[in-house]
Formats: sequence, C-alpha cells, structure tokens
Amino acid sequence: MLLAAAEHFVRAPQWTWYILGYFFFAGLSGGAYAVATLLRLAGDQRDEAAARIGFYVSFVALLFCPVLLTVDLGAGWSRFWHMLVNVTPGDQSLSFKYWSPMSVGAWALFVFGLFATVSALESYVLDRRREPLSRPLGGPVGLLFNIIGAVLALFLASYTGVLLSVSNQPVWSDTWALGGLFLASGLGGATALIAWLTRYRSEAAFSLARLHAAGGYFAILELILLVVFFVTISIAGTAGRTVALLPLWALALVGVAAALVGARGRARVEPGGGAAVVARTGTNAVIISLLVLAGVLALRAAVIFSAQ
Amino acid sequence: MAAIKPGESYGFFTDTSICIGCKACEVACKEWNQLEGNQAAFLADSYDNTGQLDAQNWRHVKFIDNVPENSTAAGNGTAFLMMSDVCKHCKHASCMEVCPTGAIIRTEFDTVFIQQDVCNGCRNCVAACPYSVIGMNQATGTAHKCTLCYDRLQGGLQPACAKACPTQSIQFGPLAELQQAADVRLAALHSQGVTQAQLYGRNDTVYGGLNAFFLLMDKPEAYGLPNSANAVLPSRNDLGGYLGALATAVVGVIAGLIAFRRRVTG
Repeated sequence: MLLAAAEHFVRAPQWTWYILGYFFFAGLSGGAYAVATLLRLAGDQRDEAAARIGFYVSFVALLFCPVLLTVDLGAGWSRFWHMLVNVTPGDQSLSFKYWSPMSVGAWALFVFGLFATVSALESYVLDRRREPLSRPLGGPVGLLFNIIGAVLALFLASYTGVLLSVSNQPVWSDTWALGGLFLASGLGGATALIAWLTRYRSEAAFSLARLHAAGGYFAILELILLVVFFVTISIAGTAGRTVALLPLWALALVGVAAALVGARGRARVEPGGGAAVVARTGTNAVIISLLVLAGVLALRAAVIFSAQ
Repeated sequence: MAAIKPGESYGFFTDTSICIGCKACEVACKEWNQLEGNQAAFLADSYDNTGQLDAQNWRHVKFIDNVPENSTAAGNGTAFLMMSDVCKHCKHASCMEVCPTGAIIRTEFDTVFIQQDVCNGCRNCVAACPYSVIGMNQATGTAHKCTLCYDRLQGGLQPACAKACPTQSIQFGPLAELQQAADVRLAALHSQGVTQAQLYGRNDTVYGGLNAFFLLMDKPEAYGLPNSANAVLPSRNDLGGYLGALATAVVGVIAGLIAFRRRVTG
C-alpha cells in the first residue's frame, strides 16, 4: 500500500519533548505488559518472576504518560479530561472519535491504566507473601484479564505511530509503517529493560536468555519496518527530510544491532542456563539494554523531528 | 445584501485578480477580533511582513513573486500575484476530523469554528490543517484561526475583512450566490484571453468544496495551495496505519511465543 507522492503546505506540528517522552514511555509500558503476558502464556512457572518485573515496568512507565501528555497541552491541567468528555454547551457527551487516533488513544490509555495497575498490584501481593500463594487473578479469568490487557498494551505501544500518520505532515503522513515500527521498537525496548532488571531479582535470571532471544526477533521486525518506512517516504519524495537527523537514525540502528548482538550472546551462554547466564553476561546485558533503550528513544525523536 | 440567516451556507469568494495588496483586510480583521498581532518584523520578502496565517493573523495578504523572465509589453506585466489568504472553512475539514475534544464545530452558518472553552491545546489540528491556517495562542494555550466573524454573522453583519476590502476582491455572501458570481467572473476573464485564471475550491474536488474559495491567476501550487491530487484528509492513513500495526502485533506475539516457549536445558 504505497501512497502517491504528496506536496505538503502544512505548518510544523509543534510537538516536541513532552510528546517524545510520552511516546517513549507509552512504548515501554505497552511493550512490557505484552511481554509479561507472553511470558505467562508461553513460559512456565520459572518465568513468573520475569513476568512480574514486566508488569511493574509497565505500571511505572505508565505513570509518566498522563503527566507528560497533560504538561504538553497548551491549556494545561484543567482540560485533559476534554479528551474524554465533550463539554460543548448543549452537546455534553463522552468524546470518542474512532477515526481520530488521538481520541482513541486517550481512551486506550485510560482503560489500559486499569489493567496495568491491577496487574502490578497483583504482582506486588504475590511478591509480598512468603508462603506460595495462588494468583488472585488466576485461572481462565486471570488469563483473559491479561490477554485483554495485552491487546490494549499492544494498541498503546503502536497507536502513537498511527497518530503521526493520520495528519498532513510530510514524512509522517507519507507512510503507513509508523504504527508497526513504534510497536516493534516498544516491544524490543521493554524486553531489554526487563532483561536488565533481572539482575536485581535472581529468580528471574532463568528468563534472561529467552528475553534476549525475543529481543532479537523484535529487532529483526523493527529492522524490516525501518526499511519499509524509508521505502514509503522515498516514494513520497520526503526522505530527504530525514537526512539532517542522521545521528538519531544511526543511534536507532545501534539499538537494533545491540538487540541482535544480545540474541547471539544468548546462544553462546545457553548451556549454562539459570543464574549462570547472569554471571557470564551481566555487564554486557546492561550495556545491551541501555543501547536498545537509547535506540528506542532515538527512533521516536528522529521520526518526530523529521516533520519539524 | 439580504439578511444573514442561520441554516444557510455562507462563505468568501476571494478574487485575487483584483487584489491590490492594500492589507485593509488584515487590519480590519485584527481590529474587530482584537488580535494584538505578532511583534513587528522585517521579513525582507516583498511587501509582506506578516509572513503567515497564525493565531494573531487570521487574514494574510500573500505577495508571490511573479516577475516574468522576459520583458513584456507595457501594462501586461505582473510583478506579484497577490492573494488575501484565510481559513478555507472546508466542507471536509482536516482540523475538525482529527480534533479529539469536539472543540472544532460547524456552525449554523456552515463555517468551521474553534470553541475556545472546549479546546485543550493538543495541537492535533495544527498538524492536520493542510493550509497552515491554525496557530497556537501562547496566552490562552488554545488553537486560533479565522472564525469567519461568527459574532458578526450572529448580529447580521458581514465579516470585517469583506466589509473593509476596497476592491471587492473579498466578497461575502450565501455560498450559492458566490459560486454563481465566481462562474460569471471566470467566464469574463477567459473571454478576455486571461486563460490562466481558474477557480480553487469552487467545486468538491478540494476537501469537498471550500466555503472560502478563490479565483487564482496561476496554478494552486504557486500560491502554496495543494492541488486536488494533494488535497487529502488525514483519515486516509487510518486503515493503512492500523493494519500495519496489527500485522506487526501478530508477528510480534508469534515471535514472543516462540522465544519464550524455547526451553533452556542444562
């Protein structure tokens, strides 16, 4: 689905640092929840510790989102709720426009917040009990809860890219790949962050190798979507706008490369398994995670500033 | 002009062929709408020191360099294409489409209006408007643009810019009457050999038709206006964007399941 070359006369959007921060934390929050749910779905009991780290990461990253979004609003704190409620005199109602990603995203953030909070709370309750405790949200209901939360999480991590595309800005509106690109990057960043935090929770070390493997897959996906992104904006004739941001694109690629290196490292240390993985890759894992996270931030900055 | 009635479509017909660049429209707009204007600046760009439409400039007279490369007969040269630019009050308005709060509405006069008490300053409309019309007012933190003098219309008065225009380059009235007048004017120009004259936004090929439409003396791109091929709505990318994200989500989930299912031995 390639778009016809477009000529743009639109004003620069004036979205800068707060929005960059929001996109970063929304990607991590959504990505972490999805990864944590996948760990519960596909892993075994030994992956539960890493899954709980994921739910904590999701919740903490989510806390930044409404703050950054609200600070960014020109009208300030008093009107964030206008995203959810139409206060037009004589026409008061809930405000939901399915064709406006910003409207859908505001609702997704609100609803996902409930899921992220409950899952983090459940993890906290489980962690505090000394005796083994069955999950408060166990069984099919808990599973369904996590799956619905993960669907919302995947939406949160991706809609920010769609939001940019649904505009008339050069670069942003010349491609359909941004939603997928931000999602792949968010999943990769969240995986790297969870992998990093396993250092501080020994029983989570079991999942480290597989987190790196997943990070590798997400990096390959991101790389493919980066190619699609550049092909589509080249066809639209706006690729030249990205040249000035070459250092940011390079950093984004370094992040992708770091995730791939991490995945290769997993193969080398796999026989050790468990805590041995941490012992042998501890320092490298931190560096890899930091580079991946820097890449996640750089990618979003490069995309946002391409249209400014 | 007949009484202004709610329920009828109103707009502007701006005939750029008779604009003299006096900027009376800019002044009248600022005065009526109490716009302070931006800090005075010398832009070194012809006679234009306004620069662009924004939160403080709801009318902007463009001076577009049109000096011919070869000398021409006396009286036939045009150093500038002049155009009093304004919000187009599109039938299919990009700003209205993306606004998440419902602040941007269509009034009883079929014009596009930003409700200042509803707008929360998200700037989504700024990113969407293809005509670079909307600007952020730093004092209020909200988006501002031409209201087509909504308050004057409610009082039965025509917009200030049209009232002040000394050459009737800016005409205000019921849309159907304006379209008829534009057709007559275009036919007259064509009969006089001015074949480059064309109407912009008169029909529905550009954003479903513009309530503020123009007679141009060159192609739209020369005036910084998207032609009909480039006049596209932001929502055109909804489907592609979401499908791309959905495909990525499916592949990502499968990748995660494969990675996390793999058993570590040892």
